Amino acid sequence: MKASEEEKKHPMENLLRMDRIPHIWCPGCGIGNAVSAFAEAIKKIEYDLDEICVVSGIGCTGRVAGYIKTDSFHTTHGRGIAYATGVKLGNPKMKVIVISGDGDLSAIGGNHLVHAARRNIDLTVICVNNFIYAMTGGQVAPTTPRTAFTTTSPFGNFESPINIPRLAEAAGAVYVARWTALHMRRLTDSIVEALNKPGFSFVEVIAPCAMYYSRTNRLGDGLNMMKFYYDNSVIKHGEPTENVDIGFQEEIVIGKFIDRERPTFSESLKSWQQENKTGKQGGID
Amino acid sequence: MKAVENIFLKGKHTLSGFEACAEGALSAGCRFLGYYPIRPSFEIIERFINRCSDVDGVFVQMEDEISALAAVLGASWTGRKSMTVTSGPGFSQMMEHVGLGVMLETPCVIIDVQRSGISEGLPNAVGGGDIMQARWGSHGDYEIIALAPNSPLEMFELTVRAFNFSERFRTPVVILSDVVIGRKKEEINIPDQKDIKIKKRKYYKGKKEDYLPFKYDEKDLIPPMVDIGQGCRFHVTGLTHDERGYPVMSDSCQEWNVHRLVNKIRLFSDQIIEVEEDQTEDADVVIVSYGATSLDAIKAVKQARDEGIKAGHLRLVTIWPFPEKRISELARKIDAFVVPEINYGQIFYEVERCSRGGAETLFVHHASSQVGQSADILKSIKKARGNNK
Repeated sequence: MKASEEEKKHPMENLLRMDRIPHIWCPGCGIGNAVSAFAEAIKKIEYDLDEICVVSGIGCTGRVAGYIKTDSFHTTHGRGIAYATGVKLGNPKMKVIVISGDGDLSAIGGNHLVHAARRNIDLTVICVNNFIYAMTGGQVAPTTPRTAFTTTSPFGNFESPINIPRLAEAAGAVYVARWTALHMRRLTDSIVEALNKPGFSFVEVIAPCAMYYSRTNRLGDGLNMMKFYYDNSVIKHGEPTENVDIGFQEEIVIGKFIDRERPTFSESLKSWQQENKTGKQGGID
Repeated sequence: MKAVENIFLKGKHTLSGFEACAEGALSAGCRFLGYYPIRPSFEIIERFINRCSDVDGVFVQMEDEISALAAVLGASWTGRKSMTVTSGPGFSQMMEHVGLGVMLETPCVIIDVQRSGISEGLPNAVGGGDIMQARWGSHGDYEIIALAPNSPLEMFELTVRAFNFSERFRTPVVILSDVVIGRKKEEINIPDQKDIKIKKRKYYKGKKEDYLPFKYDEKDLIPPMVDIGQGCRFHVTGLTHDERGYPVMSDSCQEWNVHRLVNKIRLFSDQIIEVEEDQTEDADVVIVSYGATSLDAIKAVKQARDEGIKAGHLRLVTIWPFPEKRISELARKIDAFVVPEINYGQIFYEVERCSRGGAETLFVHHASSQVGQSADILKSIKKARGNNK
């Protein structure tokens, strides 16, 4: 039986730039899972695709914006959140999502993450954490666990890694969750919740880098790594984020850590401006 | 609530350059300000913030100048005219997004109140050291537009013009101002809002699904724009890209991409360049100046003329693109250029390059402590005349 034209199409064709497929990601990479979960979540929230904007920084995950068929921006390294802040404040109707990697969001862009969370800008940030700088050749990242090998930590990493959910919580994010790349349904549901949540929401996706992190640490192929992360994770909703540090090949605490309410930047600005409209002839002088 | 038009100033007002700049931005239609506080430019920010609520303007104080300009670029794509205000150290931080602004062809205005460098330098002292940074500060090859006002009225007018150029050429435009012009107070006559010429952004009018972000018109080399949320669902990238806005990693695409970004300004520089000349027709020595220094240059020309020296003055209203043709023309007629600057030689080298050996070019280091005095400039005029007798 011949498949109809409709059946032959990719199920997410309306959300992906099919003219850019095949993508640049390596076989076994976890970024594809994050993109699938995101696409599925977008479908679920039934939001007008014309009013969604995806912003990315630089790096492997930074390329996500280029494959999503909404208004999308591939900006500078680490500045996706800052750029998205302008988009959201410029047109509050837009649902703005920042998808980028751990190095982009927590190292070079760490300060933007902190302050967008503090201001509670209405953004959803999806951070794909593969513990390494992959695009540049497998260098040590702020998320690389202690003792892990990278091309620039040939004797094992001796720096302490950053706990991004804890940083996001401390800065003021209203929603913080973490899943691995194989927790597809839970990850999707979490992204749905994050998208529906007014204010700054943050979802971390633990993903394998099958090219560098795997090779330098001899962890097998991407699927093995994904399976390992899945099997070695434990779901603890509401776990205090101080307990969710990640050690090298150790147990990973996942789940929804934070879900709370705070007034968003746009709400506060709007009410402040309504109160302060002067309508003065000729203004101040 | 009264009509929006009521909030614009019109007629005679006594304003400082900084205040006039904020008013100019409002009149030009600026509705987004992303900034990080810095001396001495904060007076523009304060004025804008206090006034913009009446026109539903939005402002945000970002965590640094890198993010300030990033937010400005993002907001500009939503259809809001956007600007940032800064001074030297902040301008240095903004360089990465000057590049992104050029690459994504995003209209925006950067007001740079130059102060004495290097690094933190002397924050409250007048400076002129950002001239070449405005031109070459971001990596890669690009053209930029920069304007240098020399009075509160020009702070108003050139801010409006900067927004117009940024919309017309789809590029970041820099106002190279300084604290002498900014703090100067003058009675200025502000035109009625309806008499101010506002250049509208060139929008794409075709079918949404056919929109290509970098498909440009042959006649002006500018691709029509759309706003975020308009339904065109476009992608743009800071990587070398084709007309679809998709990254293409090839030398030929790099040429296609950058060639036009340079030419869209270089080939139309006649529409941008403005210089103001005084007594250059019969001059032997011409002072080339801009911004705060031009006020002292005007005095020096008068003093020289009083002493019987045929001195003239060319003031750069547009700094970039540089008025190469006019400088070359003058170089063939006159003996010497005198270039006073509050730096150790920036525009001086441009003048020297464009005079192509036709006229001697003398540099005057006009230190910030000398601003307001013309003695050093007059001395150089005399020296130039002595050299060329």
